[in-house]
Amino acid sequence: MIEKALKGSTGYWLWMLFLLSIMGVGGLCYVQQFNYGLGITGMSRDVTWGIYISQFTFLVGVAAGGLMLVLPYYLHNYKAFGRIVILGEFMAIAAIAMCLMFIIADLGQPMRAMNVLLHPTPHSMLFWDMIVLNGYLFLNILCGWVVLQSEYKGIKYPKWIKPFIYLSIPWAISIHTVTAFLYCGLPGRHFWLTAILAPRFLASAFAAGPALLMVIAMILKRTTKFDVGREAQDKLVTIIGYAALLNFFFLGTEFFVAYYSQIPGHMHTLDYLYWGLGHGDEVFNNLVPFMRASVIMGLAGIGLIFVSRAKQSDGLLVISCLLIFFSFWIDKGLGLVLGGFVPNMLDQVTEYYPSVQELGITAAIWATGFFILSILYKVAISVKLENEA
Amino acid sequence: MDSKRRDFLKIAGLSAIAGLAVPSAFNTLLKGEAIASEHGEAAAAAGGHGAAAAKTGKRYGMVIDVKKFTENPGLADKCVSVCHTIHNVPDFGNKKDEIKWIWVDSFKHVFPDDSSQYKQPEGLNSLPILTLCNHCDNPPCVRACPTQATFRSKDGIVGMDYHRCIGCRFCMAACPYGARSFNWRDPRGKDANGQPFIKAENPKFPTRMRGVVEKCNFCTERLAIGQIPACVEAAAQSKALVFGDLNDPNSEISQVLKTTFTIQRKPSAGTHPSLFYII
Repeated sequence: MIEKALKGSTGYWLWMLFLLSIMGVGGLCYVQQFNYGLGITGMSRDVTWGIYISQFTFLVGVAAGGLMLVLPYYLHNYKAFGRIVILGEFMAIAAIAMCLMFIIADLGQPMRAMNVLLHPTPHSMLFWDMIVLNGYLFLNILCGWVVLQSEYKGIKYPKWIKPFIYLSIPWAISIHTVTAFLYCGLPGRHFWLTAILAPRFLASAFAAGPALLMVIAMILKRTTKFDVGREAQDKLVTIIGYAALLNFFFLGTEFFVAYYSQIPGHMHTLDYLYWGLGHGDEVFNNLVPFMRASVIMGLAGIGLIFVSRAKQSDGLLVISCLLIFFSFWIDKGLGLVLGGFVPNMLDQVTEYYPSVQELGITAAIWATGFFILSILYKVAISVKLENEA
Repeated sequence: MDSKRRDFLKIAGLSAIAGLAVPSAFNTLLKGEAIASEHGEAAAAAGGHGAAAAKTGKRYGMVIDVKKFTENPGLADKCVSVCHTIHNVPDFGNKKDEIKWIWVDSFKHVFPDDSSQYKQPEGLNSLPILTLCNHCDNPPCVRACPTQATFRSKDGIVGMDYHRCIGCRFCMAACPYGARSFNWRDPRGKDANGQPFIKAENPKFPTRMRGVVEKCNFCTERLAIGQIPACVEAAAQSKALVFGDLNDPNSEISQVLKTTFTIQRKPSAGTHPSLFYII
């Protein structure tokens, strides 16, 4: 089946070559980081996690987003998702692969990563995160591949795979819950110390993951004969739209708690992210334009996505999905992790700017993810189209 | 192989894995719970909701008398420098890569929650305060560490295993006191002018490698040979630092704490620090 990825148009090969070149440049950046140490990044004693961990956090959400296709199709027998569910499972594989690469890129001693297994520590949330992420990767490879292979052979998937598919449903919830627990269980970091963090992570995941999927599906519709179908498209609009709305509702509750209670620790990071944090004579606000753009893009995206369905406009659908995706990418892939470190534990402010090498490595990991995704989608779509022909 | 036999082998294999893994997982979890409930009972017996439990064995602690540091300008810097020298703490000359085990910061930063009082003594917020790892009784860093590279010893000291640390910096996110530093670059290296980051290496204490976290170890290596922590020794004349066993009612530190009002950093975080401040 994998041989399908080795036959493709010039466009396909150019795309893969483009990804490989980014991976190459980023690989060189990683060699530099490996030899010098993490000091080559913009991280510091005060902002100890940067863009690697924030990308990781966002991508766990993209992976969990696959649930929004698997659950209706397998649990509720929603047939319209028959063509798109495999895309959700394969997207989860690529997203988790990126998550794991971002974790490794962030380790000071990557050669010792296996210590997490050699010295299992159940009271550490990172230990559980390792278990749920690898478990979810395994489940998606297994379920996605077995189901597609059966389709390739023209038979119904074997019965024994069903329990694994059912298991993958709560498992998807667990990956993002445990990832939220990394943050929300730390005393002293008020911005993260909120019980709504895991629900908010899930809400944004269920919007951002399917939104990315929708954009890719629309590209496939234009470049190949693969069409996910109008009904699936319309149903996804409902899912993305309401999940995105829920995220903003949760964000609103955060604002209420902070600004109505007037507890300084609760307000500081929100001040820093959305208004600028006055500290002594200085105002720190390097993330303010991003966070404001995130809110505007997100709300505009929600409005437009429902309009796109009413007008049955694919162009508008792509724009609204991109708006929602980038809104949540900023919210979680930037603000959430970086904001948690401002102010620091001693009420001092250090701002973070990623270094060139750090950005190179980040781009390379994204490119690797899309490389994996392209191979998997190439196989899946070839099989699907062949079967229908 | 017929399908029944294959199914049987599959089930047998899975059960074997489950049989091995489940009890050990439960044991590990229950062990953690046992410690927690023991702590709860002891706290209840001591008559308090959240009151510190009286325990057997040693628990090291320190009283920092800020008044004495104010009377002896330069003393705090002496404590910092002696610690950083004997522990081979590198000096990179910039804030971004900074590593520090013990340092001086102003009152409003060391006690951010206590600095917003409407009226307070003049100059309080800028009062210099010596600060270091609190060696918490309930350390969030130890809870967060995925490899037990940071751990709490029976004597209350929170230590680091530099050879096990994977450099994930979860402990740095977890510490409510900003007491931890990371080796962003090779501490054994030299700067552009060929000057080593560790000015004079102490061969009796290990240097660290790039990519691991480090912090104050309460001079556990000195305690092991009957010496007191280096900073306490440096401040011995003025008695600005009192170090000793909190569980021994007759120790000097217990006497001081019995008779003097002290404050602790962020008590609301529930960490039960071993450091006490006389302001």
